[in-house]
Amino acid sequence: MAGLQREVDPEYLFSGVPRRQVFITGSEAVAEAVKRANADMAIAYPITPQSESMHLVGDLFAQGYLKDYYRGENEFAVMAAVHGASLGGGRVFTATSGPGTLRAMEMFPVWAGSRQPIVCAFMCRGVSLPPSIQPENIEMAMLLDTGMLMFHAEDAQDLYDLILRAFVIAEQPDVHLPAGVFVDGFFVTHTRSAVALPPDDLKLPAYDPRRAPVPTFDMETPPIRIVRDPLLNKSNFISYSANASWHQEIVAAAERARKHIRRYMGGLLEVEDPYAKIFLAASGTAVSQSREALKVLRSEGIRAGLIKIKSVRPFPTEEIVAATAHAELIVVPEFNIGGWLAREIKAAIDNNRRVVGGPRLFGGMTMPTELIVNEVRNALDWSGAKRPDLRAGI
Amino acid sequence: MRNSKTFIRMSGLGGQGVVTAAHILGVAAVKSGLKCTVNPFFGAEKRLAPTESYVRIAAEDIWERGEVLFPNIILIFHPHVITLGKCYTMPFFAGLQQGGKIIINADRPLDLREEELARLRGLDAEVYYVPATQVAVEAGGTALSTNIAILGALLAVEELVSQEAIRDAIAERFGGGKFVASGTTAVLDDVLKSKFDRLAQLIEKNMAVVAAAGGSVSQYHFGV
Repeated sequence: MAGLQREVDPEYLFSGVPRRQVFITGSEAVAEAVKRANADMAIAYPITPQSESMHLVGDLFAQGYLKDYYRGENEFAVMAAVHGASLGGGRVFTATSGPGTLRAMEMFPVWAGSRQPIVCAFMCRGVSLPPSIQPENIEMAMLLDTGMLMFHAEDAQDLYDLILRAFVIAEQPDVHLPAGVFVDGFFVTHTRSAVALPPDDLKLPAYDPRRAPVPTFDMETPPIRIVRDPLLNKSNFISYSANASWHQEIVAAAERARKHIRRYMGGLLEVEDPYAKIFLAASGTAVSQSREALKVLRSEGIRAGLIKIKSVRPFPTEEIVAATAHAELIVVPEFNIGGWLAREIKAAIDNNRRVVGGPRLFGGMTMPTELIVNEVRNALDWSGAKRPDLRAGI
Repeated sequence: MRNSKTFIRMSGLGGQGVVTAAHILGVAAVKSGLKCTVNPFFGAEKRLAPTESYVRIAAEDIWERGEVLFPNIILIFHPHVITLGKCYTMPFFAGLQQGGKIIINADRPLDLREEELARLRGLDAEVYYVPATQVAVEAGGTALSTNIAILGALLAVEELVSQEAIRDAIAERFGGGKFVASGTTAVLDDVLKSKFDRLAQLIEKNMAVVAAAGGSVSQYHFGV
């Protein structure tokens, strides 16, 4: 019951209390997270595959778990409205998908620019013609430099856990940035699997806007004073300077999030079999597919490790460099055509010819385990890693 | 379970309960201590449109997500899936693994093309027919139980879970135990109690459908 929930320390809610296993969809996992998030308000605009989760959040409002909830006019209106609610000192949640993300695009750098710790779940889907409502995560590439924190959930369990952790990390006074929790639509939102949940009579401590590094909505104080009376209209050096210095502060705040991500998420990435020479590196559902591929590779006598990237922004540059220091081959399977994760990894490590971007599946296609296994097999032939004597000549 | 991993593809028409059947089977598997994931085909839903759902059941963790491309078992909820091609997966047995099983809801064997029969023979496939809609109407009093009849036929062909587990899953799916357990006021208790009476009837009818369907399955013999 909403009225009987008790505020507890975040770490107790995350890992200190016994959990019960339930068999639920990713959408239901979102509602379970919001139920325990002590959120003040949620605003929704339906789009597949996000609709069910925000519908369930609406049910939470009806049950008294939220102070306010309504359906906005469209995604841009929703993202603008949650911005207002956050500026006013509330803890707010929303979610969208694919075209909804793109329609609301203007608001994401604005969230970051005004340093609001809004948490938004992105149930990633196709955005191109011919129309696709199917899973793919190309929209993540478009959000990489908006200034928001970006966490990529592998499955419904991750989705539940990361939404709650996102609130706690985003609201740290030295961070205070928006956080996107991303998940591959349908593969997670509509898939029913085992999820372990703590009791629902516990919730996060309330958001305290007085701890924020920027004041709550106040028309006479920066940054809102700047928004109301834009320096950019003055077209002089001080306007460029103000934007540039503030911009640097946003990037610095994301850097400061790293320590909180390590504390609350156990790191920006996870490594399985750190001494392997071959790695599958992935985020989101591609991690799950990679786990199955590893079973096949190992059964064929090919030793391979796994790098699961949980935080995309900030990107785990140092961690990736360390994890791949002795790697000879890094295969990056992705659910998008652009291969943004492979690009990120290539930009982070030296000798990036070791990185093979693929397989890439999009438009809703399932990623068969065999495709990942074949990518590794082909790469081994190409790079000559099977024959170290040949590799020396590269 | 005969195999350590069983991947099932269910194909039918919107409104036949293809997604619900997968949900019930999945819950039954979890209640039986097995690992399981369940997902529908990813599309906009509408009545009589092609519908698919997928169930993966195993003794160990299952990571794979998305469509089941290489099923061990295929359940066909309506003859039109085959005869009118109302199916996302063509032909209906695409990806069937060697020695796999197919259960088709039809009153009599369908007129499959010789080349299809030859490919099924080549896969050493077992093909079963069950008049699931007829069984649902006769034993359950409603064609809405067609999906449960298909599950009954499945259990007769492959003992994935017990009938008891299916009973528990149906009870949970249709709002039984969960709501009763969380009811805190006398008023709520009364409402739920009356609901439970109807629910008990719903469960028994559906379990009758499971039993009747199990007795109505017949294996198709390819001949030589």
